[in-house]
Amino acid sequence: MPTYRPGPASLVIAAFVALFLLLPLLAVIPVSLTPSRMLAMPSGELSLRHYRSLVEDPRWLQSILLSIRIGIVSSAFSTVLALCFSLGVWMFQPRFTAALVGFVLLPMVVPPVVSAITLYFLLTSISGFSSFFGYDTWLGVAMAHSVMTVPFATVLMLVSLSQLDRRIDLAARGLGASVWERATRIIMPNIKFGIITAALLSFVLSWEEIGVTLFITSVNAITLPRLMWMGLRDNIDPAIAALSVILIIITVLVLAVRSVVVRQRGAQ
Amino acid sequence: MRSYLSDRMGAALLMAPLLLFLVLAYAWPFFGVVKWSFTLPTPGLGQYEALLTDDLVQSVFIRTLRIAAVVTVVSVAAAYAITVVWVRGTRAQRLIAEFCILVPFWISVLTRAFGWVALLSNRGLINSWLQAIGFISEPLALVRNEFGVIVGMTHFLIPFAVFPLASAMRSLDDRVLLAARGLGSSRMRTFWTVFVPMTRSGIIGAAMIVFVFSLGFFVTPAILGGGRSVMIAELIYLRIFQSPDWGLGAAISVVLVLFVGALMALLFRYVRPKQLI
Repeated sequence: MPTYRPGPASLVIAAFVALFLLLPLLAVIPVSLTPSRMLAMPSGELSLRHYRSLVEDPRWLQSILLSIRIGIVSSAFSTVLALCFSLGVWMFQPRFTAALVGFVLLPMVVPPVVSAITLYFLLTSISGFSSFFGYDTWLGVAMAHSVMTVPFATVLMLVSLSQLDRRIDLAARGLGASVWERATRIIMPNIKFGIITAALLSFVLSWEEIGVTLFITSVNAITLPRLMWMGLRDNIDPAIAALSVILIIITVLVLAVRSVVVRQRGAQ
Repeated sequence: MRSYLSDRMGAALLMAPLLLFLVLAYAWPFFGVVKWSFTLPTPGLGQYEALLTDDLVQSVFIRTLRIAAVVTVVSVAAAYAITVVWVRGTRAQRLIAEFCILVPFWISVLTRAFGWVALLSNRGLINSWLQAIGFISEPLALVRNEFGVIVGMTHFLIPFAVFPLASAMRSLDDRVLLAARGLGSSRMRTFWTVFVPMTRSGIIGAAMIVFVFSLGFFVTPAILGGGRSVMIAELIYLRIFQSPDWGLGAAISVVLVLFVGALMALLFRYVRPKQLI
C-alpha cells in the first residue's frame, strides 16, 4: 500500500486530464442522435435514423463481416506462428535469441507508415501472379494484418512463458516425454491464458487496423475502419457517430467483464 | 548426443515458420522499398537530393518535428498527472483513473479522431455551445489546422506515456518519500525534488515512445489536419497515391526508419526495455 497519496493539486490536474481523455468519447453521443443528415448537434428533437442506417445500409454490414473474417484468419495465423516461435525460444533457448526476437518485434517498432509502404510493395508484387491474393484482396489484407499483429502475440506468449516454472518441463523431459508431448501436454495447458489473450489481442488489432489497410486496399477489400475513413474524409456521415457509440459501449463492457474476471482469478 | 541434435532441430523447426514468414513478407519487401528509393524514377541518388532541396518536403519535416515536440511535452505532463493518481491514489481514485486511461486506449484511433471532429469542428459541440451563450459570433477554427492535430495526437498518445511512467512510479520506494517528509520537506518540495527525479527513467521512456510514435503518425493528422497540416506519414501517402512519385515516398520512408532507429538506439542507452511496459 502506498503511504504517500496525491494531494489536492495533483487530483485537480488529474481530473482535468481524465476529462480530456473522456470528452471526445462522450461528444459522439449527441452527434449520433441528431436528426440532420450532416454532422451537427441535435437541436430539439432526437432521432435514431443514423443507427437505423447502420442496419439498413448493406455497406456497413458487409464491411463488418469482412473485418470479422479478416480478423479471425489473421489472428489464427499470427497466434499459431507466434506460439511455435515462442515455444522454440523457451524450450531450446537457442543462441542469438535476442537478435531473433528483436527481428520478430520489428513491425511493432517501425513507424506504421513504413510498414504500410513495405506491405504495399509486397502485395502489389504478388498481384502480378495472383488475382485472389495480393493488393486489394481480403487474403492480402489478412496476411498484412498478421505481419502487424504477430509481434504483439509473440510478446504476450513470451511474457506468459517467462512466468512458467521450468522444473515441470524438466520433469516431463526426464520422464521421457517427446518434444511434441512437452509442448502440447505440459507447456500449452499452462500458458492457456496467454494464448487466448494473444489471439484476442491479434483479432482486436486487426479489427481496428487502418494505417496499413489504407495503403493496401482500394475498392474491393473495404474493412470497417476503411469504410469509416471514407466517411470521415469526404462528407462527414453521422452514421459514424452511431457506430462509434456502439463500439465505445462494447469496449466499456468488455473492459468491465475483463476486470471482474481478473479480480476473480486474483482472488482464487 | 541424440538429445543435443534433436534440441537444435526442434528449435529450428518451431522457430522457422515465423522467421520465414517475416523474412518473405516484411524484410524482403522492405528492401524492395529501399530499391525504389534509389531507382525510381531514374537510378541514382536523385530522390535523396530532392529531400534536401525540396521546400515542401523540408517544411513537412520541420512541421513534423515541431508537432512531435509539442505533443511529447504536453502528453508526458498530462500522463504524469493522471499516473500519479492511478498508482498512488485511494482505491476509488485508482479505479476512476484506470477507467479513463484504458477505455480510450482500447478505442480505435478513428473513433477518437472522429470524437475530436465532433467537438472541435465549426458546427461541433464547442463552437455551438460558445455561440449559443453568445461568447463568440463566428466559429473558432479549432480543427483542420495544427491545433486540432496536436489535440488529437496528445489524446491518442497519453495512454502510451502512462505505462512507462506507472512502471517507474510503482518501483519507487515509499520510505524515501516518508524520509523527506519526516525531515521537514513540504509536500510540494518532496514531489518536485524527490518524487519526480526518482521517476526520471519513466519520463525519458515515455517521452521517447511518444516522440517516436508522433513522427510516424498518419490517421489523426490526416483527419484533424484536413490536408492543411501535412506530416511526414501523410506526405508518404500522398507521394504514393496522389502524385505518383514512389521514389520520393520510398526515400522519405527510408530516412524516417533511420531516424527512428537512431532515436531508439539512444533510448536503450538510458532505459532498459523492461522499464517501458
